[in-house]
Amino acid sequence: MAKPGTAVESTLPLDLRPGYHVNSNSPSDEYLIPLRLSWDPGPLEATGFAFPQPRLEKYSFSEKPLSVFTGDFQVVTHFKVPAKAAPGPTTLTGKLRYQACNDRMCLPPKTLDVSLQVEIVK
Amino acid sequence: MSRIHVAAASAALALLLAGCSRPSGLPTELKSQDQRKPAPNFSLKDADGNAVNLTDYRGKVVLVNFWATWCGPCEAEIPWFIEFEKKYKDQGFAVLGVSMDDDGWKSVRPYIASHKINYRIMIGSELVSEQFGQIDSLPTSFVLDRAGRIASNHVGLVDKVDYQNEIVKLLEDPKSTSVGDAGNAGTGLRAGLTGTGVRAGQRP
Repeated sequence: MAKPGTAVESTLPLDLRPGYHVNSNSPSDEYLIPLRLSWDPGPLEATGFAFPQPRLEKYSFSEKPLSVFTGDFQVVTHFKVPAKAAPGPTTLTGKLRYQACNDRMCLPPKTLDVSLQVEIVK
Repeated sequence: MSRIHVAAASAALALLLAGCSRPSGLPTELKSQDQRKPAPNFSLKDADGNAVNLTDYRGKVVLVNFWATWCGPCEAEIPWFIEFEKKYKDQGFAVLGVSMDDDGWKSVRPYIASHKINYRIMIGSELVSEQFGQIDSLPTSFVLDRAGRIASNHVGLVDKVDYQNEIVKLLEDPKSTSVGDAGNAGTGLRAGLTGTGVRAGQRP
């Protein structure tokens, strides 16, 4: 539930298969595809994101450690609820873009749909 | 501050890694002559805009490498391929790099320059990927004999010496020069993993 004129945050839990990693939101190489979460325009305004501290992992294919996320982690979105937000249930939609690899191969970049059910109350 | 949970929307989330044709990273041997199937032809443009037809390479040993600029294991192989191209070109060998980058030359052209790639690079397509058995993991490479038949395929990073041994064997093999049954038929190969490697959803 969210009240007009307040700030709320949401968490998106992610779970990678063992042995796989995704590039962090700030990869160590310009060609690597970062983890990105974006929200479509809606009744709540995304004001910022909080990613976990990336791990610097060395893989057999890379000379330098890479900035990655592995295992279970969460991405937090900070939202502002406009003072004039209309009360009632609403759904926010967004996209999660990521690209996963293991120590020997990479999978193509993917974009997942994400959604957020919110009840705006007076 | 209130906390609310995001639920990643349904269908796409069930994607998990499925099986692959064989475990990656293991040394392979060349297929025997009777096991080799013709590689599918493709016609793609290289960085200079010139058409590259795989069938034009009949008579050469060819390493067809599917790769992308965002793929770290692919980047590890590139110096090897540059070396192979230099070392074996005069013996009838060529590397053809098929990029699977979504944004095509925008990423690939500067990458070719920065990595000093000396072999021909093309931008791949979904059709070419399907013709080669659906390329779902990168790198994926096929080593073709002089008759245009697939003598080996590798999914994922393998040792440099494995490639080198295969190339040398094929260059020296007089039996692999027959072109009688090479054509445009599909390979029947299923190469690579499917899936995304990630699950997203609401934590219990």
